[in-house]
Amino acid sequence: MSKRIEAKNVDIYYSKFKAVEDVNMVIEPRAVTAFIGPSGCGKTTFLRTLNRMHEVIPGAYVDGRIDLDGEDLYGPGVDPVNVRRKVGMVFQRPNPFPTMSIKENVLAGLRLNNKSAGTSEQDEIAEKALRGANLWEEVKNRLDLPGSGLSGGQQQRLCIARAIAMSPEVLLMDEPCSALDPISTLAIEDLIQELKATYTIVIVTHNMQQAARVSDTTAFFNIAGTGQPGKLIEMDSTEKIFSTPTVKATEDYITGRFG
Amino acid sequence: MNKQVQAPHERAAHSDLIPAKPRVGDKVFTGLSTGSGVAILVILAAVAAFLLLRALPALTASADDIAAGGYTSNLAWLDGFWGWVLPLAFGTIWAALGALALAVPVSIGIALFISHYAPRRLAQTLGYVIDLLAAVPSVVYGLWGFFVLAPALGGLHRWLTTYLGWFPLFSGQASGTGRTIFTASIVLAVMILPIITSLCREVFLQTPKLHEEASLALGATRWEMIRMAVFPFARAGIVSAIMLGLGRALGETMAVAMILSGQNRISFEVLTAQNPNTIAANIALSFPEAYDLKINQLIASGLVLFIITLAVNMFARWIVSRRAAFSGAN
Amino acid sequence: MSTATLTPKRSASPSNSLTAGQLPAWTTPVVGAASLAVGFLAAWLLTGEIGLGLGVALSALVFLVVMHVASLTIEGGRRATDRLAKHLVVGMFLLALLPLVSVSLTALTNGINRLDPTFFSTSMRNIVGAGGGAAHAIWGTLIITGVAMAISVPIGLLTAVYLAEYGQGKPLARSITFFVDVMTGIPSIVAGLFAYALFGVLFGIGTVNGMGGAVALSVLMIPVVVRSTEELLRIVPNELREASYALGVPKWKTIMRIVIPTAISGIVAGVILALARIIGETAPLMIAAGFTQSLNTNPTSGAMMTLPVFVYDQYARPGVPREPYWDRAWAGALTLILIVMLLNLVGRLIAKRFAPKTGR
Repeated sequence: MSKRIEAKNVDIYYSKFKAVEDVNMVIEPRAVTAFIGPSGCGKTTFLRTLNRMHEVIPGAYVDGRIDLDGEDLYGPGVDPVNVRRKVGMVFQRPNPFPTMSIKENVLAGLRLNNKSAGTSEQDEIAEKALRGANLWEEVKNRLDLPGSGLSGGQQQRLCIARAIAMSPEVLLMDEPCSALDPISTLAIEDLIQELKATYTIVIVTHNMQQAARVSDTTAFFNIAGTGQPGKLIEMDSTEKIFSTPTVKATEDYITGRFG
Repeated sequence: MNKQVQAPHERAAHSDLIPAKPRVGDKVFTGLSTGSGVAILVILAAVAAFLLLRALPALTASADDIAAGGYTSNLAWLDGFWGWVLPLAFGTIWAALGALALAVPVSIGIALFISHYAPRRLAQTLGYVIDLLAAVPSVVYGLWGFFVLAPALGGLHRWLTTYLGWFPLFSGQASGTGRTIFTASIVLAVMILPIITSLCREVFLQTPKLHEEASLALGATRWEMIRMAVFPFARAGIVSAIMLGLGRALGETMAVAMILSGQNRISFEVLTAQNPNTIAANIALSFPEAYDLKINQLIASGLVLFIITLAVNMFARWIVSRRAAFSGAN
Repeated sequence: MSTATLTPKRSASPSNSLTAGQLPAWTTPVVGAASLAVGFLAAWLLTGEIGLGLGVALSALVFLVVMHVASLTIEGGRRATDRLAKHLVVGMFLLALLPLVSVSLTALTNGINRLDPTFFSTSMRNIVGAGGGAAHAIWGTLIITGVAMAISVPIGLLTAVYLAEYGQGKPLARSITFFVDVMTGIPSIVAGLFAYALFGVLFGIGTVNGMGGAVALSVLMIPVVVRSTEELLRIVPNELREASYALGVPKWKTIMRIVIPTAISGIVAGVILALARIIGETAPLMIAAGFTQSLNTNPTSGAMMTLPVFVYDQYARPGVPREPYWDRAWAGALTLILIVMLLNLVGRLIAKRFAPKTGR
C-alpha cells in the first residue's frame, strides 16, 4: 500500500516567481515525514507538488522529477487526476462537502471516480475508512446526517477518512491540526501514529512539538529573505534534527531563536 | 498549465499513472462552457449585425425616398431619416430625465431609510417591498397610468399651468387627458425607483462602520453622520446607480406607449397636449401597421436607442470600475 | 466641545441634562393628527371636495413645517435639521408605497370581475363583446417562456461556469464579462427588433412566431442568468474544489458534482427571478411573436399570443362597448401580477431556505 517518494532537482514556480529551489529528498514508506520551517519557506508548496495539486493554481508549474516508487509523477502523458488518486491529501481547514452526508463524504472519492461497488461493499469501505480515522464510534448512528454538523476535529477526521477510503499509497497532510483545539489535535496525532503502519505520511506543521511527537524524519525548509526561493536546508531523523542538527539555521529555528 | 520540459523517459510507458484513454469528460465540458461563452459574443454580434442590416435601407435612403414611402420629418431644418428620428431621441431623453429628476431624491431617501433609519429586523423586508415595484410588469403600469394616474393628475396639470405657467416647462394649455410627458415621467420614475434604490442601498451599507462611528462619537447627529461619512463614500456608487436607472428609463416601452399621447415633435412643455414621443413607444405603437421602408426606419430608430442606452450604461460601468480602483484605500 | 454645551443646560433643567432641550415623545403623533386635520380641511376649502391626494399632500407639508419650526425653537438648528431629514426619508418611503398600493388595488378591484373559469378556459376566437378569455395567451406565455428558458438556462449556466471556473484572467473571459454587461443594458424593444430582423433574414421578411418571441426573451434573460450564476459559483469555497481534486476527481466532475450542487439553490432562485423579469415583457413579444385571437401551440409557425400582449391588445383595441375588453385587460393584468409575485416569492424562498450550509 505504501510507496517511496524520491524528489530530484525540483524547482517550483508561480508563473515567473520561483517559490522553491532545487529540492532533493527521499521520503520513506511506512513512516511519518514532517516538513518544518518558517512561514513562506515553501513547505506547503512542496507538499502540494507531491500530488500535483500545485498546478491547480493558474500559472503554477514544476520543474524536475518526483518519483513514486520509480515512476515519475511529472513524466510525459501522466494524468494528474491519476496521481491524486494514489496520493491523498488532508487540508489545513477541514473541508467536508456541505451537500453530502457523512457517509457520502467518505465515499465521495469512490463515487465521483465511477468505482462501481455494491451497497454492502460501499458500507464496508465506509466503515473501514471511518474506523481507520477513529471516527466510527462517534458517527455510526448518524451516517446520513450532513458532515457539516460535526465538530471541527470530527470534520478533520472525516476528511482523513475520505482520503483513506481511496486506499492511496501516500497521505499528505497540510497543517491538519492548525484549525483544531488541543484535544482534537491529540486525537489526530494518535491517528497519524496508527496510520503510518499502512501509509507513507508526509505532514507539514508549524508546531515543532508536534513534529517531534509524530514524525520519524524531519525536513527543515528555509528562505534567505522575501522574494527568494525557499530551500531544503536539512533532512534527517527527527531525533537527530531536534538534538544535534548539523546546520546552524536549523538549530536557531528549533531553539526558537528566529521564525 | 504544466509547462515543464523534460526528456521522454523509458519507464513511463506501462505506468498506471498514464490513462489508457484520454479523459473525454474534461475536453467536452471545457468545450461546452467555452462554446457558450463564445455563443454570447456571437449573439451580441448578431444583434448588432441584423439590426444594422435591416436598418441600412432607412439610413441610406434619400429624403425623397422617405417622403415617398416612409415617416417624414416635421423639422424645418433637418429632413430625411435624421429629421424624423431626432425628435424621438429628444423625447426619449426628455422623458427619462424627467423620471430621473423625480426618482433620484426619492430613491436616495428610501435607500437611506432602509440602510440607516429603519429597524434592522425590518430593513430586509422593506427592501423586498420596494423591489415589488420592479416586479409589476410594464404593461400593468401602462394600464394604471392610463386609467388611474392620468385622470387623477388632471387637476394638478391645470393648477400648475395656471399658477406656475411663468416657468417655461409648465407653460402652455394644460392637457385635458393628463396623458403628458409629466405623467409618463412619473410612471417611469416609479419603474426605475427600485433599481436606483437597491443599488444605493448596497453602497450605503458598505460605508465603513469605523467612519460612521467616528462621526457619531464626535457628537454628530444621524443626519450629520450621513453627510460626513455615508455620502462622500457613496458618491460614485450613487452616480452609477443613477446612470443605470437612466438606462432603464430610456428603454422603457409599454408604459410610455400606453400613457403618453405623443407626436413627432420637439417640445419642452411637459403639461400640454402636444408632447414629443419616445423611440421605444413609437416603435411599439407604429410597428404593427408599418411596412417596407417604415419598418426599416423603426428598426434604425431602435439602433439609435440601443446606442444611446449603451453609452449611458458604459458610462455607469466606467464610474464603478474607477471606484473599484480606489476602494483599496478603505 | 459637547460638555461645554451641556453644562449650562444642566443648571436650567435639574432633572436630567441628557433629556433636556428635546421635544417630548408625544409631539410627533399629536402634530401628525393635527396636520391631517388641517391638511384635509385646507383641501376641502380649496376645492370644495374631500380630495385624498391633495389632502395627504397638504397634511404632509403642514407636518413638516410645524415639526421643523417646533424643533428649531426648542431643540436648536442641528437637531432640527436631523429631524427634518428623518421625516423626509420616512416620507420618501411612504411616497413610494403609494403607487404600489394603488396599482395592486386597482388591478385587484378591476381584474377580479373577470377572473372566472371562462377566462382561463377560452380564447378570444370569434368573441365579440363580453365573454372570452386569455387561454390562448396563457398557453402562449407558457410555451414562449419555456422555450426561452430552454435556450437561456444552458447557455447562461455554462457561460457562468466558464467565467468562474475556466476563464480567470483570460482575455476571452474579460470580453465575455464586458459584453454580458452590454447585453444587460439592451432595451427590451431592441431585443424584439433583433428577433424580428433575424427571423426575417432566415425565414423570409415578416416572419413572426413563438420562436421569435423566445429568442427575443432569451437575449434579455441570458445576461441575468450569467450574472447571478457566476456570482454564486464564485462564493463556493475553493477548499471544496481542492478537496475534490485531491481525491483524484477530474475538473469537470468536480464542477458538476461538487461546485454546482453546493450553489444549486441560489442558481435556481436566480433563474426563477430572471423568469419573473421576462414573463411580463410586452414590447419584444408584440414585435417578434405578433398578435392572434386564437390558440396556437406551435411555436414554429404563426403568431402566438402572450399574456402581456393580450392585456395590451384588449386595452388598445377595444370594441364597442369597451368595458368587456377593458375588464379582460385588467383580469389579464391581475393574472400577470399574481404570476410574477408568485415567482418572486418562490425564488426568494428557495434562495433563503436552501442556502448552502458551509462551515460550522
